[in-house]
Amino acid sequence: MTSTEQNIDERLLSILEQVSDPEIPVLSIMDMGVVRSAVIENGEVKVEITPTYSGCPAMDVIGDDIKKALKDAGYDSEIDLILHPAWTTDWVTSRGRKALEDYGIAAPLDAEADKDVLLNNKRIVKCTNCGSQNTRLVSQFGSTACKAQFQCDDCQEPFDYFKCLK
Amino acid sequence: MKNENLYNYILGIADNSLILGQRMGELCGHGPSLETDIACTNISLDLFGQVRSYFQYATKIAGDGRSEDDIAMLRQEREYKNVLLVEQPNTNFAYTLGRQFLFDIYHLAFLKELQKSTDLTLSAIANKCVKEVSYHARFSSDWIKRLGDGTDESKEKMQEAINDLWAYTDELFHQTDADKAMVAEGIGVDVTKLKDNYYREISQVLEEATLQVPGSKYFQKGGKQGIHTEHLGYILAELQYMQRAYPNMEW
Repeated sequence: MTSTEQNIDERLLSILEQVSDPEIPVLSIMDMGVVRSAVIENGEVKVEITPTYSGCPAMDVIGDDIKKALKDAGYDSEIDLILHPAWTTDWVTSRGRKALEDYGIAAPLDAEADKDVLLNNKRIVKCTNCGSQNTRLVSQFGSTACKAQFQCDDCQEPFDYFKCLK
Repeated sequence: MKNENLYNYILGIADNSLILGQRMGELCGHGPSLETDIACTNISLDLFGQVRSYFQYATKIAGDGRSEDDIAMLRQEREYKNVLLVEQPNTNFAYTLGRQFLFDIYHLAFLKELQKSTDLTLSAIANKCVKEVSYHARFSSDWIKRLGDGTDESKEKMQEAINDLWAYTDELFHQTDADKAMVAEGIGVDVTKLKDNYYREISQVLEEATLQVPGSKYFQKGGKQGIHTEHLGYILAELQYMQRAYPNMEW
């Protein structure tokens, strides 16, 4: 499948929603947008997942977790890792963005802000603790490959920002 | 092998990321500060992830039962085709960042071109990698400016690192036989065309960092043919240790 549309069999949706990102447990893999297709063929489920980052160490675990969840629901499955089209933060659902914010990770900014990043203009990432806009980038790279480190200059809280990937 | 040129071409790309990833990984727990330590190992992780995509594709082309791990771990020194630049040691933080910067600017330009490859797997990998590498380039460029335009000591060390590593930049734009064959087929990137813009971009950042652009025209080469500096042997001794000590072990 090469389209940017997801192709998920409705019967599998509730099962897949139970599987969470091992590094951000509040986030379902469906809200993360890493599952690109899940179809039932001759009684077996074929799932295509795409990595957020090439080196994302969670992908193997996600594959295993999907297999297990499907097995518990009575399905055998085959997991394929696909690279095209490349994952983008646009695929994180609004429910996923809220879950990130509630968990203390600033959600990726919209396309306008992303342009600012490309043009080296200042972007405003709101503090997840106090909501202040008086924040600064500490490092382009955070606790995992998909995050950057920020700090709030008002409440001093350090926090992760989920990097925008387009 | 049916498609030996493509196989060698992929290895040529992937080995750069493998060896640089190993070098950056050496800093795990040894970075100058927690943030930079994490950044360097994140870059390492990105590079290793990219290597996996390339090697997985290479195993399909080889079709001789070798796994991606076999390709990464079980070759001899002369079978690694990485450029000499990426195997240079982490002498100090200026060298680590200087090496990263000189490679990132090339790497980003290369991947942007590889996105246009007629080989759909390679263009898909490039699409994925280009997003990650743009972060690498931004990180290393920022540090060049910070250290270059920093204290007298940081400026001196940064300048020394750039001067020393400069000799390894020209090789990035040398073509191998596999390169030429792949360019002819529309699969590969013609690296010779990236050269002028590369030096222009590098010079811009160096000038912004108040550093001198080295004028030396004396360049080293050999990595792409498998003739390496003595450093690669030590890298491989560490990289391959488990497979050599316990053949065929698996995690």
